[in-house]
Amino acid sequence: MSTVATSTAGATSATRQPTTRKHDTPWRRRLPLLPALIFVIVLTQLPFAATLVVSFIHWNAYYPDDIAFAGVDNFVRVFTDVNARSAVIVTIVLTVAVVLISLVLGMAIAMLLDRRFGGRSVVRTLMIAPFLVVPIAAALLWKHALYNPEYGLFNGLLTLVLGKDAPQPDWVGAMPLPSLIIALVWQWTPFMMLILLAGLQSRPLDVVEAARIDGAGAWQIFVNMTLPHMRRYIELSVLLGSIYVVQNFDHVFTITGGASGSANLPFYIYQTFYTAQDYGRASAAGVVTVIGTLIIAMLALRTVFSMFKEESR
Amino acid sequence: MSTTSATTEDTQSLAAPGRAYDKPRKPRGGLVLSILAWVVGIMFAFPVFWMLLISFRSEPDAATNPPQLLAPFSLEGYRTFFAADPWPPLLNSLTASVLSTVLVLLLAFPAAYALSIRPVRKWTDVMFFLLSTKMLPIVAAILPLYLFAKTTGLLDNIFLLTILYTSMNMPIAVWMLQSFLAEVPVEMLEAAQIDGADLITTLRKVVAPVVMPGIAAVALICFIFSWNELLLARVLTGPVAGTAPVFLMGFITSQGLFLAKVCAASFVVSLPVLIAGFAAQDKLVQGLSMGAVK
Repeated sequence: MSTVATSTAGATSATRQPTTRKHDTPWRRRLPLLPALIFVIVLTQLPFAATLVVSFIHWNAYYPDDIAFAGVDNFVRVFTDVNARSAVIVTIVLTVAVVLISLVLGMAIAMLLDRRFGGRSVVRTLMIAPFLVVPIAAALLWKHALYNPEYGLFNGLLTLVLGKDAPQPDWVGAMPLPSLIIALVWQWTPFMMLILLAGLQSRPLDVVEAARIDGAGAWQIFVNMTLPHMRRYIELSVLLGSIYVVQNFDHVFTITGGASGSANLPFYIYQTFYTAQDYGRASAAGVVTVIGTLIIAMLALRTVFSMFKEESR
Repeated sequence: MSTTSATTEDTQSLAAPGRAYDKPRKPRGGLVLSILAWVVGIMFAFPVFWMLLISFRSEPDAATNPPQLLAPFSLEGYRTFFAADPWPPLLNSLTASVLSTVLVLLLAFPAAYALSIRPVRKWTDVMFFLLSTKMLPIVAAILPLYLFAKTTGLLDNIFLLTILYTSMNMPIAVWMLQSFLAEVPVEMLEAAQIDGADLITTLRKVVAPVVMPGIAAVALICFIFSWNELLLARVLTGPVAGTAPVFLMGFITSQGLFLAKVCAASFVVSLPVLIAGFAAQDKLVQGLSMGAVK
């Protein structure tokens, strides 16, 4: 993880040497950093520390007199709970699928939009639209206006094309996970595309032209020149994409409501804490989610890394 | 392909030596790829068009199978949505999003300054720490936040939500601002120092012009993420401080399903983000690329 962060951070600052002034005391330099840092620590680290503590306590709000130290009991309950195990797997599947599909689609679309053609800016505006729809609104739109088995657009189109006897599948009921993945890919592809497009447009073109004149094919140019240049942008989009998709709550809550084994960890925790009022188990699941998030972010980045033959670091 | 396009590109790079960025490209692969781009763009935007189309129909016309492309125009969906008094939640969302965006900028700018213009030692570690707090899923901190809010009487308070949104967006804001500030040429800063300019003058005359687009991008992204947030708002607010996404969610489950109304509501709640995003899409591209492209 730390290699990733330093490489990304280092890359942005490669152009700059620190300007040092002799009469600067370290504290004067650190002072402007402190408000933001203290703010973030107090509001994120303290609550997480509290979650960590609660995860070792038996604490159900329905039984306020039975609060006691639990050891690793809550974690055992999380890992032996079928629903929790399923939530872990759903979270991994959802995140990896959505991030990878959005990445590949986003890359392809970014390359389409990197060319000059009539109405390019209009097409870009059209492409951005899904990212700008409030997630809960997008989830409602997919569930009710598109997926609905009786009057959703998809089954409506089937009727329109195949006539009265067209099959009318219950999309969400029959395949909850793919339904979620498609809706999430729709929302996140534009985000990935925007980052990757910015990367493509920062490519020095003279080198590419030189290679083309030297007889390099389109695929060779893509693999040997475009991809290495894009590494930083791909890393960034995978990292940000993973962070946000792991935490997805709106879509799972709205589209499937966690039914038929489609609950992810955020939804599972929400239920454990909000409905079951089991603070101890919810906290243990929260801790598991944090660990899982780190693992997924690392795995996702590893996969991306292995796609490149590292020339230097 | 080949020679003609190569020569035009060459003349262009001669015209702007050393800056090959974002220059218009000649179509290669021609018409087919251009049409493909249009098809993909229309496909991605189509659900949004569909939402808009449905929102202007009467309820019976909205829920039909097969779908009608042309149906009489109706404001029924919007009328029922506004009859449910959506103004307090919309206003709550606006308060939380705008206030937290301002707060983020006020705190993140000095931090980014300390991490880029005159970097503190081990600044990459600080950057990594900040990003790692983003990897902490909100659900992993929500229970203590809820208990804290409950015991202090801050439950259902829009300012608590504002503060939490500020911390939620701070890491990304510092990251983005850091990379924008890192683009201020060192020579210009040194020149300003030699001329005896004080910190405020340097910031105003040298730094501000370079980072202004970056600040706009950061503001836009913080606004979007705050406006969109649902989970924290759902757990920590109630009838008083509920935000637009919470309202949208409760609005559906409590009254059964009316498709035109759902679409009208979804569109109204998304409208501020759609307007801001479309108006500032260049800034968005710059911001998301973390200032790597100017």
